[in-house]
Amino acid sequence: MPAVEIRKLELFYSTFHALKNVNMSIEPNRITSMIGPSGCGKSTLLRCLNRMNDNIEGVKISGEIIIENINILRNTEGVDIDALRRKVGMVFQRPNPFPLTVFENVAFGLRIHKMAKGSVLAGIVEESLKGVLLWEDLKDKLDLSALSLSLEQKQRLCIARLLSVRPDIILLDEPCSALDPIATTRIEELMIELKKKYTIVIVTHNMQQAARVSDDTGFMLLGDLVEFGKTSQIFTSPKMKQTEDYVTGRFG
Amino acid sequence: MNRHFDDELGELKERLLYMASLVESMINYSIKSLVDRKEELVQETYKHESEVNKIQVEIDDRCIKLIALHQPAAADLRLITSAMKINAELERMGDQAVNIAESSVKLLKQPPLKPLIDTPRMAEIVKKMVKDSLDCFVKKDLELAKSVLRTDDEVDDLKDQIFRELLTYMSSDPANISRALELILISRHLERIGDHATNIAEDVIFLVAGTDVRHHLNELEEKK
Repeated sequence: MPAVEIRKLELFYSTFHALKNVNMSIEPNRITSMIGPSGCGKSTLLRCLNRMNDNIEGVKISGEIIIENINILRNTEGVDIDALRRKVGMVFQRPNPFPLTVFENVAFGLRIHKMAKGSVLAGIVEESLKGVLLWEDLKDKLDLSALSLSLEQKQRLCIARLLSVRPDIILLDEPCSALDPIATTRIEELMIELKKKYTIVIVTHNMQQAARVSDDTGFMLLGDLVEFGKTSQIFTSPKMKQTEDYVTGRFG
Repeated sequence: MNRHFDDELGELKERLLYMASLVESMINYSIKSLVDRKEELVQETYKHESEVNKIQVEIDDRCIKLIALHQPAAADLRLITSAMKINAELERMGDQAVNIAESSVKLLKQPPLKPLIDTPRMAEIVKKMVKDSLDCFVKKDLELAKSVLRTDDEVDDLKDQIFRELLTYMSSDPANISRALELILISRHLERIGDHATNIAEDVIFLVAGTDVRHHLNELEEKK
């Protein structure tokens, strides 16, 4: 069963038609990447998956996004938005740790949702930091301000913050854009480790990154999902000419 | 830092070496069937052929995907392009082994023309070239690769020697012609296997040293 099933998804920002009849399935424990030129709708699509677009004035969405047999686009009485955003967490382009200690950053979600306290909470913090390979570096510095970490560590910490509240799906919107090449490689390796336990969806401008890390790739253009398939097929024998033009750098 | 890409490169090498082991078996059985006069050994040669062909397609597919998805550079790129070439050479070696087996079948239907001395000797040298060419790939051993290149002359000389000897058999009695021709063909197939091993050694030199020595090994010696 797919982790996410998207059917006939349409989105308008006021009169601007940003997503046009998008249909796709995101499979569990795989990395799905969305590629396409700026303004194609890939970040808009990503934000639909945990209803972050609800916060944008004038947005109108129709269609279905099925997660665990529930259409999350039903009106808010039917869907617990907080629970959705715990289950479908998001990491942004610019690492955004809270101005708190390392420990408190990871514990924050657990405290807010009253999911754990005391030693159980501490155990989850440790497990989450281990999950992003930060524990060994920071186990003796949990009281350090998160703002003093390197960019790469900050991004890992943001992912750990998600992991602590037990997500099923992790959304990453250009997670490496602010990082240097070595840090980028490390975060990419982390994503490949994380997919063993989580479903990952990544939006990236960097086609080569999509090629390196993802199992499945969707190419979007002007709000349309032009092609969706296995990454190996998209980058060796794409079916659509527009996809071929984009991945070979002949687009535009 | 170990990357998952390194694991994929490791898998590529393993598949190539597995293919090489099949091809070495094919060569072994094809010659053994002739020397020991056991037609059943020919079947062992044929048995591996379709698997070798399948693996060839699989390895090329892996290499194309690795290039498309990982944009390899430097030694990684040379490894993948060398693997594609070595893949083709191994498959051709397998074809030559099948050709030897087919000649062997024809020869086994008739009494032996003469005691086989040079042919098995040539086969042993060629088999060692094949083994050494794959060993130098695994160990990235430049000296071993160069020794494979030098051995090719010995194989060519033996082929000529076999031809000259069989020519006298053919001249002395026309009834000898068909068997002598099959033996000449077998020596040609063995010589071609040696050439493929030489090509693999050249690919390994490119992989390790980044130098293309095809057609000019001497230049590599001079550069050193």
